[in-house]
Amino acid sequence: MSRKPYVRAITSEWIFRHPRYVRYMVREFSCLFIGGWTLLMVWGLKQLAEGPAAWAAFLEFLKSPASIAFHVLALAFAAYHSITWFKLTPKALPLQIGEEFVADAAIAGAHFGAWAALSLAVLILAGAF
Amino acid sequence: MGERLVELEVLRYHPETDSEPHFQRYSATCREEWVVLDALNHIKEAIDPTLSYRWSCHMAVCGSCGMMINGEPKLACKAFLRDYRGVIRVEPLRHFPIERDLVTVIDDFIAKLARVKPWLMPKDNKALAAGEYRQTPAELKRFKRYSMCINCMLCYASCPEYGLIPEYIGPAAIALAHRYNQDSRDGGRELRQQETAATEGAWECSFVGACSEVCPEHVDPAGAIQQVKIESTVDWYQEHLMPWLKK
Repeated sequence: MSRKPYVRAITSEWIFRHPRYVRYMVREFSCLFIGGWTLLMVWGLKQLAEGPAAWAAFLEFLKSPASIAFHVLALAFAAYHSITWFKLTPKALPLQIGEEFVADAAIAGAHFGAWAALSLAVLILAGAF
Repeated sequence: MGERLVELEVLRYHPETDSEPHFQRYSATCREEWVVLDALNHIKEAIDPTLSYRWSCHMAVCGSCGMMINGEPKLACKAFLRDYRGVIRVEPLRHFPIERDLVTVIDDFIAKLARVKPWLMPKDNKALAAGEYRQTPAELKRFKRYSMCINCMLCYASCPEYGLIPEYIGPAAIALAHRYNQDSRDGGRELRQQETAATEGAWECSFVGACSEVCPEHVDPAGAIQQVKIESTVDWYQEHLMPWLKK
């Protein structure tokens, strides 16, 4: 008997086959906003190096509605990215003490704690309080 | 125990006569406590003896009856009819070529499994007379979950990376390599890393995490793959920045 295996084509419909794939693609998509924000910061540094007038223009640009909308979106995507990654840390960094493994919640919790402490430190350094 | 009429839509493909697969609907009177595999067996016995599919143990041990049930990779012997409403759509495991009906061609997985050398390579080869290789309960627990793999390939069917990049070694093979790498008696990690730390190995994974969600044995291949990435990164730094630390 001759064989004739049938190969099914892969289309992009897989993204919508299950909510887990949509969540994954949103996490991947978040890099565009985080990358965009990073470029904005590089541009800000360049303006700072060019002198007070350029820096003032940059600060003025940051206050524009488009910039505020972008920052709100970038913050939302960065938070989503960070939260979903930190929730995955117990898989990548299992910690065995004696016979038992440290609880997943403790490993993820430590990351969330460090994130909160570092964010607080940045806000204090930036003079937010 | 009650009975109910169950509608199953099964993807059929006969290489002798079909140019492409098509769905065929069956109505079967099934017992309430049956699983999808029981329904398929009933169809084969009473309605259509030409229906082909793999199965063996009927208790989630052999890993033979993996198939897509309503779009999700499942063991047909663990998919209870009572958990489904309406028409149940049954297809062969995604990402594998179809041999016939629900039977897939699994040669690619078998070849990849062999490539990662999933067997114990003792780090110190003792003479037989020297006795067994001993291990503490803690050392066993370190890798035990990764040893539970039944090679059912549900993880491959759930992994979009494997679907898009067929060269990817894939979740189960890397998890099994990791199982032996984590074994206190083993000394074969460097050999296995040649496959698992390569581009087509762990680095092809972008951590969708679906493999761990669908695994019927809770092996957590996604976790194993991320740990292989970390080990591979440490290896790279040791080799390039701290060569004196390398054995």
